Parts: sequence; C-alpha cells; structure tokens
Amino acid sequence: MWPEVLSFGDAGFGDEILFLGAPLTFGVALASLLWGLLLGLLNASMALSRSRALNLIADVYTTIIRGIPEFLVVMIIFYGSGILLEEIARSVFDYQEEVPINKFIAGAFALGLIFGAYGGEVFRGAFLAVPKGQIEAGFACGMSKQQVFFRIRMPQMWRFALPGLGNLWMVLLKDTSLVSVIALDETLRWSKVAAERSQEPFTCFLYATAIYLVLTIVSDVFRQRLEKHVSRGVRTA
Amino acid sequence: MEYLIQYSDRFIDGTIITIQLLVTSSIIGLAIAVPMALARVSRNPLLAGGAYVYIYILRGTPLLVQLYLVYFGLGQFEAVRESVFWPILRDEYWCGMIGLTLNTSAYVAEILRGGIMGVPHGEVEAARAAGMSQALMYRRIILPKAFRIAWPAYGNEVILLLKGSALVSTITVLDLMGVTRTVFSRSYSLDLFLYAAILYFVMTFVLTRVFRMIERHLNRHLQDREQIEKRTAAQAA
Repeated sequence: MWPEVLSFGDAGFGDEILFLGAPLTFGVALASLLWGLLLGLLNASMALSRSRALNLIADVYTTIIRGIPEFLVVMIIFYGSGILLEEIARSVFDYQEEVPINKFIAGAFALGLIFGAYGGEVFRGAFLAVPKGQIEAGFACGMSKQQVFFRIRMPQMWRFALPGLGNLWMVLLKDTSLVSVIALDETLRWSKVAAERSQEPFTCFLYATAIYLVLTIVSDVFRQRLEKHVSRGVRTA
Repeated sequence: MEYLIQYSDRFIDGTIITIQLLVTSSIIGLAIAVPMALARVSRNPLLAGGAYVYIYILRGTPLLVQLYLVYFGLGQFEAVRESVFWPILRDEYWCGMIGLTLNTSAYVAEILRGGIMGVPHGEVEAARAAGMSQALMYRRIILPKAFRIAWPAYGNEVILLLKGSALVSTITVLDLMGVTRTVFSRSYSLDLFLYAAILYFVMTFVLTRVFRMIERHLNRHLQDREQIEKRTAAQAA
C-alpha cells in the first residue's frame, strides 16, 4: 500500500521528490565533482611544486577545510557570498536592492571546495605512486617536462587516484543533503516539505533514505566497473 | 567581535554541548561498533548479513536524513508517542545524540572490521596453537591488535563525527553551530561563522594531537624495534 503523501500527482509529493529533488541532488553532486576535481588537481600540483609559497597555500587550504565542519563551510559560502556581492553591488554599482544568490552555484561551490581539499591529498598520493623509472624513461626518450607530465604521469595517475576519488564521491553525494538547509530544492528539501504538510514525516524521510541508498548503490557498482576498466592491462597476482 | 562578547555565555554553553555530544556518542557508538564488527566477520551468514545491511544503510545515507528520521520521523507512530521513551525521543538533544551514535557506530564497525582483517594470520595460528579458545583469542590477540591497526582511521572518524555534530543544529539543538546560527540570524554578522570555524578548528587540532599521542602510547612496544631498524638501515647505507 503506497502512502498518499508520496503519491504521484497533485495530492502527494512522490513525484516532486523523485523527479525534481533526486536529479537536483545528482546535479549538485556532479557540478561539485567537476569543480572539486579541478581544485584537487590544482591543490596537488601546488603541494608537489618546488615553490615553498605554493606548498604553503596548499597546506593551509587543506588544513583549514579539514578542520571545520562541512556544514559551516556551506553556511559561510552561502551567506558570505551574499553579503560580499551586496557590498560590491552597493559600492561599485550603487545598486541598493537585495542581490539574489544562486543556491545551486553557492552549494556546488562550497561542496567542491571541500572535495578539492580532500581530493588534493588523493591526487598527490597518486602522482607519487607513478613509478619513477617510467618518468626517467620518458626523459631518456627525450620528452620535455610537459610531455612527461601529460603523457606519462597524468594518464597513469588516475588508476591510483580512482579508489580514493570513489570514496570522496560517496561522501559528496551524501553531503549534498546539506544544501537543503540553504533551501535548494533537492531530495531532502522536498521530503521535508512533504513531511511538514503531512502527518507522516517518517514515511517521507524513509523515502528520501531509499533514494540516497539507490544513488549510493548505483555509484558503488559504477565505481567497481570503472576501477576494473582503468586497471585493464595491469597484471594482477 | 561585539556579538561574540555579548553572547559569550551562549558560545561557551554551545561548545560544551558539542563536546558532550562528541564524547557520549563516540563512546556509545564504539560500544555498538565492537559487537557489530564481530558480527560482520562472523561465519554465521545471518549475523554477518544483518551487520552488513546495518553498516551499509547507515554509511550509504546522509547523516542529516538520519537525524530527521529520528527527530521528526519517530513521532509519526502512536506506539512511540505513548511509550515511556517519548520524553527522550521528542527531545532534540537526545535525538541528536541517538542519530550521531548510530551513524558513527556503523563507520567505526567498518573500520574495526578492517583492523580485524589486518591481524596477521600467524598471530591467530599461534593463539590457536597455544590452545586459546575463540573468545580468549579475540580478547587477548585479535581485538587488541585490531584496535592498534584501526586507531589512526578511528581518530579520523572521531574528527568526522565532531564535524558532523554541527548538523544537530538543524534539529534545533543549541550546540556550537546552533548558537552561531541563532546569533547570526539576529545580527547578520558574518564574523560569527569565522569565530565558530576557529573554535571547531581548535577542537579538531587538539583531537588530532591527542589521538597521535595515544597512538604512540599504543605502539610503544614497537618503538625499540623501529629504532633498531632505523639504526641498521643507517649502518647499511
């Protein structure tokens, strides 16, 4: 017997949660992933660089993000960007109205910022895991530094980074629920709306739980396949 | 700064609540995690399967949804509302603690499972050869070793729990994050988030240090060996 509050149609929220909320959950996660991968690569290359200043920047970024709650990061980015943009609008453009903040962008920005801090560590380890002999072989063949980076280190690094990145994706998928607090209409936010309008909050949140679980299981399967794919051609014991 | 001084009592209270939540839920969570990890590695398919599902569901869904299920959800059932537990289950503080405890118990169980699997097989065989019973072997050989192996990962999980505890502010608990959000909603002073970030950062920093100290203590019997190995390595080189 399907509960009425979760029916598909005007009477219930089943379709809103599943067809509006869940795709947005996935969308925020994907946008955060792309932004986070970029930051993570940047973070790792700064950490591995010979410049002390860049090392320090990477270290400070990673340490700060790791040391404060994810929720606080989301809050700071959301309210901070609002206040900052209004400040700029007032002083530079003499614009006195409220500046609307795009919740999707603010949320994905914050989650990507978190991903990049942890991803930096994953990429750093992966770059270091590429056998040194291969890099030397590249130079011996007369490749330039850039060529060695793009033809030898970068393609092989992914294989070592993938397990770590897979874990981070799982964490990210769950962390998208945080942006429901800044009222982005993803899975949890719709479930909360449904819960508040009905007498069946448990049912509504259980539905959300099931959606997250499905996303996790699908990701798990996909991750295993991808790991197998990047490890093809590698001899195993 | 003025708000921090004006509301300093509240910030202190909030920090105390955060620490209380962290300490209680990590201790009770560990108490649940040990039998859960043992069930997970047990040969009994019913026990192992049950533990697997428990761990998978709690790790595969967001903490925020779990907190909502406990705090908003349970009141849906009349049996819960009329039970003797209702005064506890409608209190936001207890619900927050229950949610955090269940969540961390699953992560810690998985970490402990890794530790148990990492115990060298020779040690298990030696224990068997010495005529130890299964229970004695777990108590004297496997679990102590598993704890040592799992300790660094456990430390990370406690820090994640501290950061995750900020989410109880969404179910109206006045922990450090809850106090910060309340005062922020009156003042719109972004500094408040930065002060909260500093407080959380200090807590994670202290925790990291404490865990590293205990790790050294746990592995003190290995220190001589490490030094010897270092010395021989230096001599060889």
